[in-house]
Amino acid sequence: MHSGIARALFELLSSMRFAISLLTILSIASVVGTVVRQNEPFNAYLNQFGPFWFPVFEKLGLYSVYNAGWFLVILAFLVLSTTLCIVRQTAPMLREMRSFRERAREASLRSFAHRAILVPAVPEADTIERARAYLAHAGFASRVADNGEGTLLAARQGSAGRIGYFLAHGAIVLICVGGLLDGNLPLRLQVWLGDKHTTTGNQLIADIPESARLGTGNPSFRGDVFIPEGRTTSFAVLGLADGILLQELPFNVALDKFHIEHYENGMPKRFASDIRVTDRSSGKTTQHTIEVNRPLTVDGITLYQSSFEDGGSRLTIKARSLLPGRPGVLREIEGVVGESLAFADATAGFSYTLEFTDFKAFNVEDMRGSEGGQGDDAPRGMDKLQRHLGSGAKGAEDRDMRNIGPSFTFKLRDPAGQAREFHNYMLPIEQGERWFLYTGLRDAQADAFRYMRIPLDERGSVDSWFAIRDRLLDPAQRDTLVGRFAARSFPAGRGQDAMREALAQSARQTLGLFAEKGYETLGGFIEKSVPEAERGQAADVLVRILQGLAFEAWTLHRETTGEAALELNPARATFLNDTIAAISDSHFYGAPAWLQLDAFEERHATVLQATRSPGMPLVYLGALLLVLGVFAMLYIRERRLFVLVKPNEALVAMSSNRRTLDVDETFRQHVEGLAAVLGAPVPASDSREGA
Amino acid sequence: MEIARPSPRTPSPGTPSRPQPPVLPPAALAPRTPLLRRLDALDWLYALALALGAAFALYRYHTAMDVYDDLILVLHVPVLAVIGWHWKPFRAFLAAVALLALASIALYQGDLARAEQTFLLKYLISSQTAIMWMSALIFIATGAYWLGLIGRSDFGERTGSALTWIAATMGTTGLFVRWYESYLLGPEIGHIPISNLYEVFVLFTLMTALLYLYYEGRYATRRMGAFVMIVISTAVAFLLWYTFTREAHEIQPLIPALQSYWMKVHVPTNFIGYGAFAVSAMVGTAYLLAARGILASRLPALRVLEDVMYKAIAIGFAFFTIATILGALWAAEAWGTYWQWDPKETWALIVWLNYATWLHMRLTKGLRGAVLAWWAVVGLLVTTFAFVGVNMFLTGLHSYGAL
Ligand code: HEM
Repeated sequence: MHSGIARALFELLSSMRFAISLLTILSIASVVGTVVRQNEPFNAYLNQFGPFWFPVFEKLGLYSVYNAGWFLVILAFLVLSTTLCIVRQTAPMLREMRSFRERAREASLRSFAHRAILVPAVPEADTIERARAYLAHAGFASRVADNGEGTLLAARQGSAGRIGYFLAHGAIVLICVGGLLDGNLPLRLQVWLGDKHTTTGNQLIADIPESARLGTGNPSFRGDVFIPEGRTTSFAVLGLADGILLQELPFNVALDKFHIEHYENGMPKRFASDIRVTDRSSGKTTQHTIEVNRPLTVDGITLYQSSFEDGGSRLTIKARSLLPGRPGVLREIEGVVGESLAFADATAGFSYTLEFTDFKAFNVEDMRGSEGGQGDDAPRGMDKLQRHLGSGAKGAEDRDMRNIGPSFTFKLRDPAGQAREFHNYMLPIEQGERWFLYTGLRDAQADAFRYMRIPLDERGSVDSWFAIRDRLLDPAQRDTLVGRFAARSFPAGRGQDAMREALAQSARQTLGLFAEKGYETLGGFIEKSVPEAERGQAADVLVRILQGLAFEAWTLHRETTGEAALELNPARATFLNDTIAAISDSHFYGAPAWLQLDAFEERHATVLQATRSPGMPLVYLGALLLVLGVFAMLYIRERRLFVLVKPNEALVAMSSNRRTLDVDETFRQHVEGLAAVLGAPVPASDSREGA
Repeated sequence: MEIARPSPRTPSPGTPSRPQPPVLPPAALAPRTPLLRRLDALDWLYALALALGAAFALYRYHTAMDVYDDLILVLHVPVLAVIGWHWKPFRAFLAAVALLALASIALYQGDLARAEQTFLLKYLISSQTAIMWMSALIFIATGAYWLGLIGRSDFGERTGSALTWIAATMGTTGLFVRWYESYLLGPEIGHIPISNLYEVFVLFTLMTALLYLYYEGRYATRRMGAFVMIVISTAVAFLLWYTFTREAHEIQPLIPALQSYWMKVHVPTNFIGYGAFAVSAMVGTAYLLAARGILASRLPALRVLEDVMYKAIAIGFAFFTIATILGALWAAEAWGTYWQWDPKETWALIVWLNYATWLHMRLTKGLRGAVLAWWAVVGLLVTTFAFVGVNMFLTGLHSYGAL
């Protein structure tokens, strides 16, 4: 009864049908893991799937399919099924390999797809002798037996191919087992059995409790080693879905220097870490350089160049006020990337935490199209083909890769915990012969940065923009500006007082609206109070007024600094337009100051991956056996040739485990060969198609 | 021994007497004459040329090569020799490629600008031009094969076959010259041209064409060409689109992850697999049509089509197995993990499992016919997704080929 069930289970698990079902399920499950991005932060999934599906998919393990319990179960069944298949096939296969089938009956030989009847010209004894010699020469091992119907020469070749079956299928078991050892199963077992608990990532190493630490004896792990330049560490951080574990390494690793090299076109060329490894027990120190594709193995632990980050670059910053009526530098700041500081001002009534998140000394960007107006003269037809003849060295001629200098990112977090992120460049960027300083902002990590472009004045400074902005937006200076603007347009003493007064009136109103939310409020005003047909004209007038006011602000500023007044020319008009556009944008900037980077001291940190993979030798051995096995199975052809010698006739029959067309050809050749040595005429082909 | 000197015939009673056929020594008749004994002078000349070429390259360029490069170069000699001995036209192909590539290098004189100034370079054997020739010839060859098939014209098929050979020659030359050009751009930029989607599409075209030409010779029929050329033409069409709209042909230096000798073995092996799967799918398509009586009288017999389909999948599977393993070895070195379920890896596994199942169905279940042909066609869809789809739709570490 029991053995009946066990037998049936064995049959099922070792059956081809079951194996094929498993392979299919495994394929489909694998697809799922490529469609849903794996191991992202949970928030990302919540956004993507919504509150209803998020927990469902979480339960199903879709965020980490290849570590999910059900996936491992499929793999385990595959290993089991393949193992049982091997077990089941071993005896018959070995029998097959050893057997010559010398008891084959004539009737069964006559039913072979490949058979022929030869009429030898030599006596029976000679026939046997010659046929045997022929078979040996053609690479067959053979047996001679009397099967009662005649003398049967049973020959075979290529049976070694069956070993391929054991190699390939055994290899699959090896690879799966090795893979399991190197996966995160051992780690999860330790968490489960060894009373280990993950902890959160953002705390000091010293504060991490013993329960979240793994000793140097841990046989299998994969973790990140983060080392800033000039520092030393002896830990790897293992990330799990719900937190981290700290893996102690048997050595200390110090980073002397991290190298980043670029090709001329800005593509990365080399990432390398100069490290010193000190063995903690012997105290011996060795120096190494780890690069991508050039890992280092120490004490059975392999270190790879995985990525790099900022390791605490020092930034010297001026916070230039964006508060109307309070021009100048609010504060000088010495920041360190990765750290934060309080940024508050009681009089202005703001209080933020300033968090420096990143610094990049190089930014290579494709500046193509920044000037606009391209693409119309793109070559067509034969010209286009012409351009693509010749060497592969020339590419897109309109590409314009440029290093646009250092940049840094920071977050301003308000007391409620809300943060905005900013991305500021240190150096101005040229666009159509005008120069701008770029500063980007975004409200959420998932958004792209929106950039505000602060125009530079003729001396290459942003001072003018700040001065003009301050005067345009400061209510206290509005009357002065409006008065001067109206007076310049309609000088006193020419009987234009009424017009001057009217202009001053509109200018005051325009400025008031612009000071609220820039072009947005002005646009809203036009839409509300001007009939549709006249809106374009009205907008022109308002913009003209704004330009006039801005020019006035500029002149006023130059007077206070003791500089000569300027003539308005087209270049300056463009500058004023850019200035007004940036001022309008600055209403949405959401920060009390613009942080100008004056100097920096760069410091990298390398991220190495440290692994101990006990399964690797198994997997590599399995891989080797797999290749050998597959080639053996596919390309060592098993052939069995039978010659049943009877008085006056020899029946030749052949079988093969691979029914391919070349079996026909091989059989024909053997029949011809045998016919020749036996002095028999070559019979007309009598082999049926190998269905 | 006695057999070599046959004893006089002693007819047994009852055997009708008939003319005595010559009784030859078995050695002369054994069907498997060892390969070496079947070689003619040309074969030896070919092998000698290979060995001398490799020796010259070692002598001349060993400073630019590391020990793996040396090893791979040396291993190429026996491998290419055996391929050429088994498949004679390959010798002429390789000789033509060598001559054209060397001519191109000679014309360059170490100066990239000469690609624009020298007529032969500009219009024949600079890398871009050679690849353009390949593309044009593939299209014309496809047309010729179809004319041959529809018009039952042997001439059409011969033309198609010849043009495909020339296309493969030009394409291979193009890749070799591109390799050289990359070094002219700068020693630090130079690398084997199999590092981005553009280059591997050329490689795919070549591999598929050569594999097909092999089967064409092996089965002595040009009738499958019309179908196989469809998939090659499609690849070429994509290649041209990619060149003209994305300027993808520009030689780019290698990012650090690709600076590995594993790339040099992993990628070509992979494309033997992809190419063979493509051939099998197109032959499968021909099978499906012929099985329904469409073009049946013009196509080879069903059992021939089925046999080619199996052979192609077998060779594809074997090489794809190696390629996937090489990829894992490379990943272990570059990323620290031989397998991390990156989408490209996962899809490679799916492709592999798919063909493993196909082989099981045929070899252990004895399945034949339309089901396997359909399966081969679907297999190409899966393969195509693994090849380009993953780069287009999924994100992962294999981002070198983003569209
Ligand atoms: C991950 C799972 C498996 C893979 C990747 C795999 C792969 C292969 C491959 C590549 C072949 C070669 C095809 C050939 O030329 O014969 C093969 C053959 C074979 N497989 Fe599997 N196999 C797997 C599981 C199984 C299982 C579970 C069984 C048992 C039911 C099985 C039974 C066989 C048999 C009987 C052959 C034919 C051997 C011969 O005729 O020489 N396989 N397998």
